[in-house]
Amino acid sequence: MIAREGSRRLVVAANAAALAAGLRIGMPASKAQALVAELIIEELRPEEDRKELDRLALWFLRNYAPIVAADPPDGIVIDTTGADHLHGNETLMLTGMINRLFAMGFTARAAIADSWGAAHALARFSAKPTLVVPEGAAAQAMLDLPIAVLRLEDRTVAALRTLGFDRVSELAATPRAPLALRFGPEIGRRLDQALGRVAEPIDPIRAAEAIEARRAFAEPISATETIARYVRMLVVRLCGALEEQGIGVRRLDLILHRVDNTLQVIRAGTAKPVRDVERLTKLLCDRIDTIDPGFGIEIMVLSAAHCEPLEAVQTISSLIEEPEAEIGGLIDVIANRGHRVYRVAAVESDVPERSLAAVSALADDDELGWPVEWPRPSRLLLHPEPIQCMALLPDHPPVSFTWRGSRHAVKRADGPERVFGEWWKRDKELGAIRDYFVVENEAGERFWIFRQGDGEHADSGSGSWFLQGIFG
Amino acid sequence: MQNRARTIAIEELRERIQHLEGGSVRTREALPFGVDEIDRHLPGGGLALGALHEVAGGGNGALDGAAAALFTAGIAARTTGKVFWCVTRQDLFMPGIVQAGLSNNRVVMVECRDEKGVLDCFEESLRCRGVGAVIGELARLPMTASRRLQLAAETSGVLGIAIRRWRRHADVSDFGHPTAAVTRWRISVLPSQPLPVPGIGRARWYLELLRCRAAESADYVVEACDAKGRLGLPADLANRSPSKDPWATSAAG
Repeated sequence: MIAREGSRRLVVAANAAALAAGLRIGMPASKAQALVAELIIEELRPEEDRKELDRLALWFLRNYAPIVAADPPDGIVIDTTGADHLHGNETLMLTGMINRLFAMGFTARAAIADSWGAAHALARFSAKPTLVVPEGAAAQAMLDLPIAVLRLEDRTVAALRTLGFDRVSELAATPRAPLALRFGPEIGRRLDQALGRVAEPIDPIRAAEAIEARRAFAEPISATETIARYVRMLVVRLCGALEEQGIGVRRLDLILHRVDNTLQVIRAGTAKPVRDVERLTKLLCDRIDTIDPGFGIEIMVLSAAHCEPLEAVQTISSLIEEPEAEIGGLIDVIANRGHRVYRVAAVESDVPERSLAAVSALADDDELGWPVEWPRPSRLLLHPEPIQCMALLPDHPPVSFTWRGSRHAVKRADGPERVFGEWWKRDKELGAIRDYFVVENEAGERFWIFRQGDGEHADSGSGSWFLQGIFG
Repeated sequence: MQNRARTIAIEELRERIQHLEGGSVRTREALPFGVDEIDRHLPGGGLALGALHEVAGGGNGALDGAAAALFTAGIAARTTGKVFWCVTRQDLFMPGIVQAGLSNNRVVMVECRDEKGVLDCFEESLRCRGVGAVIGELARLPMTASRRLQLAAETSGVLGIAIRRWRRHADVSDFGHPTAAVTRWRISVLPSQPLPVPGIGRARWYLELLRCRAAESADYVVEACDAKGRLGLPADLANRSPSKDPWATSAAG
């Protein structure tokens, strides 16, 4: 809870507990203290906030995207173009971002939209904490929002309200000239920025210690082969600098300054620190076709956004031991093309869909493993599908069942294998039981089906049947 | 005598053709199944490494690809090195695959957005030496794409297996189209090995070698992969030839 002095002391920020106790932003501090007896009050320190925001922006630069800037007082703006592929997709990236910030103690909201203005507005005023606006739909989404989203001065917003303007749509439909005459060009500019009609370049933050290689061209370049050639030269220089410090790169940004003063970026990520010229060049050149050189590229900057120590490792020299083939490069290439690469590790759980988890492709070997004595299908349906069954209760396999409209007569069966609910995860699972059977039809097709409940007690499950897997 | 001369002449011709085809003069290695009957039939005594193979399920297996996945996992289990498995649908259940002998520590899953991505990753992984096997689940495999995959496999010597599975029964006819794959298999499930007690015995498959470069097509009845990824011959068939009645061992479904 922070209070600031104007000529009066006002509440400018408050946490959820304080808001629940009745505090409001803009309330005099004395009134707030009167409302809550043991209120903790702290002075607002804008300079330190700004520094902290810059530090947070650097964290985003390291982890998310090459073009990041602080958007004071309380925001960070990120150009995610060409960077979301390392995190799955845009939605996954946003939710992951919010979750990681939450773990660090921040409450954050985020939105992705076509323009800085729209994203700024939607992040602050949309109902959902994360929002991805599809391309081209941002202007439409903006129209319903109040005019306070437009990043105008408070004075201007108040004056516009007095004139009867409430929503962005009303302002957008009004002729510009009278507005400009009265309020200056600011309103028109902000409106255009929010609706994506004029460009608003982001001045990216740079880490002071970041290792960079830079090349300016006398004549702008644009051919793919030329770009690739210079990328290689920059990578060679960068790797030289990395080697001096004994570090390898985890996130590598190639920033291309076009002649029309816009930026194009390629971000390459690696699973482990890398300092290999060939590998880094391949990762960057693999994605050259995603950039648009426009009228040409003037300056090329290669920057190691995130580095980790990389020591030389002795390779196996014994006669018998075969060196494990190096697949890190292949994994990086595939991951940078936007595909998901992972390995599957066992999790201690008897519920089939919870018994596995995706881990990093280069993670250590999984020692746990699954029990081998119980048969497990090779294909597991994403969601168990309901089937209609005829079965003797309580513990006989079904005589026949109908799945996806076709009837299967059960010739042979094995089971039941009983799985208990995990009450330590959810209260509802306290008495829950699944009885699994392996059944084989007359053609020899084998299925994994289960009954919800033990067939005797209603509180253990409804007794309905589901098909969950297919054996080969 | 005349017969022998003919064999030698053919051998010589083969060698010259191989020279003309260019590139790999080195003999292609093969991965034996460990089932004599199959290995004897295949050129090189097993499944050729550094080549593309196609596997599909029969009947409903063409849609779910369950038996095809196990058959493929059994083959991959007997290679060394990591196995890349490129999919679009995420219904592969690793505990089941582990039971075919392929450890989950060796399988790197690659999840692609579409089939184009699968082809792309398939080819990229096939080019990487030191990978044990690369498996891709594909519905469509055009001639050009399969040719690229086959060339990639030839240059690196990595085993490539395309599991063909479709979303609708109507699309299964696509399996008849020619591809550059060296062999083409169809795996259909058969009723499992009969047990003296109620229960399900070891699974059995009807294995059809539909197409094989430099060999005739053939079919076998085998027992499904064991925990080491090996197929087996059913005990009641091992010591005698299968029934002459073609209907006795027809494909399921």
